[in-house]
Amino acid sequence: MAVETTTRAKVRWGLLDVVVVVFALVPVLWIASLSFKTPATLTDGKFWPREWTLDNYRTIFDTDQFVRALVNSIGIALIATTIAVVLGAMAAYAISRLDFPGKKLLVGVSLLIAMFPQVSLVSPLFEIERQLGLFDTWPGLILPYITFALPLAIYTLSAFFKQIPWDLEKAAKMDGATQAQAFRRVIAPLAAPGVFTTAILVFIFCWNDFLFAITLTSTERSRTVPVALQFFTGESQFEDPTGAICAAAVVITVPIILFVLFFQRRIVSGLTSGAVKG
Amino acid sequence: MSVNATPAGAQAAAEAEAPDGRHAAVPEQRSRRGSRAPLSENKRAERRLGLLLCAPAALVMVLVTAYPILYSVWLSLQRFDLRFPDERKFVGLENYVTVLTNDFWWTAFGVTALITVVTVAVELVLGMGLALIMHRTLVGRGIVRTAALIPYGIVTVVAAFSWRYAWTPGTGYLANLFDGSAPLTERASSLAIIMLAEIWKTTPFMALLLMAGLALVPEDLLKAASTDGATAWQRFTKVMLPVMKPAILVALLFRTLDAFRVFDNIFVLTNGGNETSSVSMLAYNNLIRGLNLGIGSTMSVLIFITVAIIAFVFVKLFGTAAPGSDDGERR
Repeated sequence: MAVETTTRAKVRWGLLDVVVVVFALVPVLWIASLSFKTPATLTDGKFWPREWTLDNYRTIFDTDQFVRALVNSIGIALIATTIAVVLGAMAAYAISRLDFPGKKLLVGVSLLIAMFPQVSLVSPLFEIERQLGLFDTWPGLILPYITFALPLAIYTLSAFFKQIPWDLEKAAKMDGATQAQAFRRVIAPLAAPGVFTTAILVFIFCWNDFLFAITLTSTERSRTVPVALQFFTGESQFEDPTGAICAAAVVITVPIILFVLFFQRRIVSGLTSGAVKG
Repeated sequence: MSVNATPAGAQAAAEAEAPDGRHAAVPEQRSRRGSRAPLSENKRAERRLGLLLCAPAALVMVLVTAYPILYSVWLSLQRFDLRFPDERKFVGLENYVTVLTNDFWWTAFGVTALITVVTVAVELVLGMGLALIMHRTLVGRGIVRTAALIPYGIVTVVAAFSWRYAWTPGTGYLANLFDGSAPLTERASSLAIIMLAEIWKTTPFMALLLMAGLALVPEDLLKAASTDGATAWQRFTKVMLPVMKPAILVALLFRTLDAFRVFDNIFVLTNGGNETSSVSMLAYNNLIRGLNLGIGSTMSVLIFITVAIIAFVFVKLFGTAAPGSDDGERR
């Protein structure tokens, strides 16, 4: 298995590769294809568009509904990612470097939260946020996103942090730096790639959420794109919104595709190092 | 604390953490291990920094999960319908009786269990295949990995719309293969499509977790087995699987709990019609469409308990192989 490099083996692997790639890409290509179809050919059942148009994209960017949702999605995901990564990095540094009581507890709690059924929080958070005035606001979504992104951030970051050559930190301390300085000046720059990878994973998580977004929002004020899609009506009330929904869906898929294309290696290493430690 | 505890147990433990934080701020605090000498200045500074660095993350996680789940238990003991706020009162376990004797609940529970079992089983097999392909392939490794990450990264709702339109008669390329019938209007075919969508979306994640386990299989061991005349299948079952066991268990645990939460795909594909609601859909409907906080919270609590039991069973069955057990932090 390990050393066969015959042409036949190559062909066999090549065929398997093709199957995987096709299986992974077809649904994405299909929704993209729908988004470029004209209203007349939308229901022709063909995989590729016969007539291409950008009208669907013009429609969605002309409506406040989509643009507002896009701003919400981007803003909420960015803020939640930033906070989760900062808090996660602090905790991960402590977990991988320092000796203190309650460390195992923290690791345990994050693991439990990673397994927590989010739907169980929907009813109580709905009521709590209504009372606190957080319902249908950005912070109302950012808060649960941070919470559920934190375990991911802590696990991934501590896995990365464990690979950093910590002797450099010792050297810095030898030269008179405090623990805090050593962190800021020496370790932070070394940790940057891991932090960046974690940020991508956390962003994908926040970008993806639907459950919290549909239960904790009620207007365009804080609705994110996955939720706004459900309320699309097309250019007029009576128009079939399929084209517009597909165009909007493609728009929010673009950042994901870019991440995957440019950072495939990092994402894979982040996901695998954070999830399983051998 | 070891992680060999139910979520509920750990939640309680989590609240016990706060006093720890306060103690540590006291300079004379000694090591927890008791018999040691007083801590050096350095050591104490380290502990203080450690707690300070962890405090914000711990605080957010506990505040946003532990408090609401307890509040949800409290709400579940009340008659509380937002349409009739004046009739709010404490009713004990009445809501639980209502839910547990309700056919919709058990149908949804059955649907959720079916989706969980089938998707996780299929994903384990496909994920293992994909992991082997990603790990071993001789050509285009980068392309395969990139392609496999797309289902993982894509917004579930977007993928769900893609599947919905694919199976919509007239519009869809798949519906037309089956002479224009409308599969999303029938129960069995709807459930099959929901499972297909779930499997497409999450197999790559399963594969990535398994691939991490695959990377731990020593190449020498495989070569040795090969030299001794083991077939490919024997090498897989006798060498690779045992080494990968921990990774497989982690992947199974995470995917099972994740699959149990199935919501997005059902929402978009069928909106719970034709008895395809999952428990999450049902809880959502009771809360947002029915505005019944009492019943909604009762379902929340029941789902939480179910998940806790699943996690507990996994951890009990597999003991130390469970994620987060010692080797996790100590390495």
